[in-house]
Amino acid sequence: MTENTASVVSASHLGLTFETNDGPVNALSDVSLDIAKGEFVSFIGPSGCGKTTFLRVIADLEKPTSGTITVNGMTPEQAREKRAYGYVFQAAALYPWRTIERNVALPLEIMGLPAEERRARVRQTLALVNLTGFEKKFPWQLSGGMQQRASIARALAFDADLLLMDEPFGALDEIVRDHLNEQLLELWARTNKTICFVTHSIPEAVYLSTKIVVMSPRPGRVTDVIESTLPKERPLDIRETPEFLAIAARVRDGLRAGHSYED
Amino acid sequence: MIARMPWQSLTALLLAAIALFGLPIVASDASAVSATTLVIFALVLAGAAAPALRLSAVAEAALLFVAAHGAAWLLLAGVAGHEGDAGFAFFALVAACWLIAWRLVSVLSAMTPRSRQAGAALRLLVPAIFGAWLLILWEAITRGAGIPFILLPPPSAIGLRFANSLPILAADVNQTIFKSVVAGYAIGCGAGFAVAILADRFLFLRRGLMPIGNMVSALPIIGVAPIMVMWFGFDWHSKAAVVAIMTFFPMLVNTVAGLSASGAMERDLMRTYAAGYTQTLVKLRLPAAAPFIFNALKINSTLALIGAIVAEFFGTPVVGMGFRISTEVGRMNVDMVWAEIAAAALAGSIFYGVLALIERAVTFWHPSVRGG
Repeated sequence: MTENTASVVSASHLGLTFETNDGPVNALSDVSLDIAKGEFVSFIGPSGCGKTTFLRVIADLEKPTSGTITVNGMTPEQAREKRAYGYVFQAAALYPWRTIERNVALPLEIMGLPAEERRARVRQTLALVNLTGFEKKFPWQLSGGMQQRASIARALAFDADLLLMDEPFGALDEIVRDHLNEQLLELWARTNKTICFVTHSIPEAVYLSTKIVVMSPRPGRVTDVIESTLPKERPLDIRETPEFLAIAARVRDGLRAGHSYED
Repeated sequence: MIARMPWQSLTALLLAAIALFGLPIVASDASAVSATTLVIFALVLAGAAAPALRLSAVAEAALLFVAAHGAAWLLLAGVAGHEGDAGFAFFALVAACWLIAWRLVSVLSAMTPRSRQAGAALRLLVPAIFGAWLLILWEAITRGAGIPFILLPPPSAIGLRFANSLPILAADVNQTIFKSVVAGYAIGCGAGFAVAILADRFLFLRRGLMPIGNMVSALPIIGVAPIMVMWFGFDWHSKAAVVAIMTFFPMLVNTVAGLSASGAMERDLMRTYAAGYTQTLVKLRLPAAAPFIFNALKINSTLALIGAIVAEFFGTPVVGMGFRISTEVGRMNVDMVWAEIAAAALAGSIFYGVLALIERAVTFWHPSVRGG
């Protein structure tokens, strides 16, 4: 196996066409991208631009129809079999018949970890997302923000180096969202994971990322890749600085360029 | 003050007044106005006047309870042995008692219990009074109007027959429920579940078997039962076979539907963990299917009982609920038929109730159980 340490995800000329009843739909077209270890990459764009599809291709939940992609130097399928990534969905998708701790333990059970280690890891990851004390609660007894934090804990529990997050805070209100964004950055700094983060909020993308991938729809393609110049240490009020606003403006321009092409 | 009286009480008073002109209560009872009659009137008046006494809700309920049921008891005791001789005073007074009981139930329903035990007792008491009045009216009409025993025996006669035939009923319940129903139910539900899992695993089974399963469910039980008797003999085995055929399909369909009840996101999650088919089945799809499976179990509990009883009409050893019903009808022992019906209803309700309790414990997480 030729391990490419530099890039965790490497896509070249990736394309994906869905065959639907209304004819083929070009979800991704000619996407080439490299994501290095330890990066925080945001994918931003309007609905239908293929940002979620791209994430699902990395996760081997969709198969590309053209081009190549490697995850940790392997095919996405091999990477999935090796449990190379944790995936956080748009909704928490916690199983209602399991308590929070047993939800977080679910991937560990499937991977066959011994009970003692499962307990230790659940305790650690729940502490990491500030959910200590809620182990015995059922998901429907928690707020939406707490549920999403539990689902992040579940993705972190087996300590994969890559975290794929598909609009994880999309359904939450602004205040909870700010708070979770802060916590996510802290978590990323502490664990040094590679994070791919889908969003359609410009401030969220700029605040979180080291690299912002701007995409546009029909066909889904990358219109701009912005390397953030913001420092790694980011308090919430960094969003008021000229540097932040400059990057946000560039993202907005990229989004607009994608749209004008359409109109 | 009259205007503030509930209409049930006013009507009860009116009916009591009408009854005064229809005495005696029982035509063939020579003593025109006996002490019993006076007590009955006193009770009805007390019950009707209860709302005007400004009592606490509990005291009013107690008074209404004693009045309605005491008077009804005396009326029914008076008419026993004089079937068909009741005058219109009897029916007017029964109606008055019923209205007082109606008032009682509305007083009880409006109560806000302080403790949980009182709340639980109240939840049982209201339907119990409802059920009791169904029986009281049934008794009053059959005895008072002298309805032929063969058409509709009074519930007291059915109860008496039930109490005197306990050994026979026990033997019948043992034969029909503990042998035929339990075996057939276990086989039918078990097979339905197993085939559903197989159909889920193998596409060709789902495509090929489901339409045939549909056809099996449409088989008329009346036609199948004699054939099963020929195949498996007169004893309970043939009834169990009928029950198994009847319960198989609801379980199959519900389980297949339940297995696709889990959401796409939940299944994608399992895929990201590289979980195998069995792991996904056990940890996600079966728990998600549990509400559907319990639905099938509940539907099947009543189907199984019907199937076993009807199947016994087509040849059976001289024991069993279906056998008893068909022979006692032939011998005009209608009270025994009703006693069997009561036994079947009781057993069926217990069966269903136990399943519902287990369902609550297993699917506690489902919005329909946790309430929201």
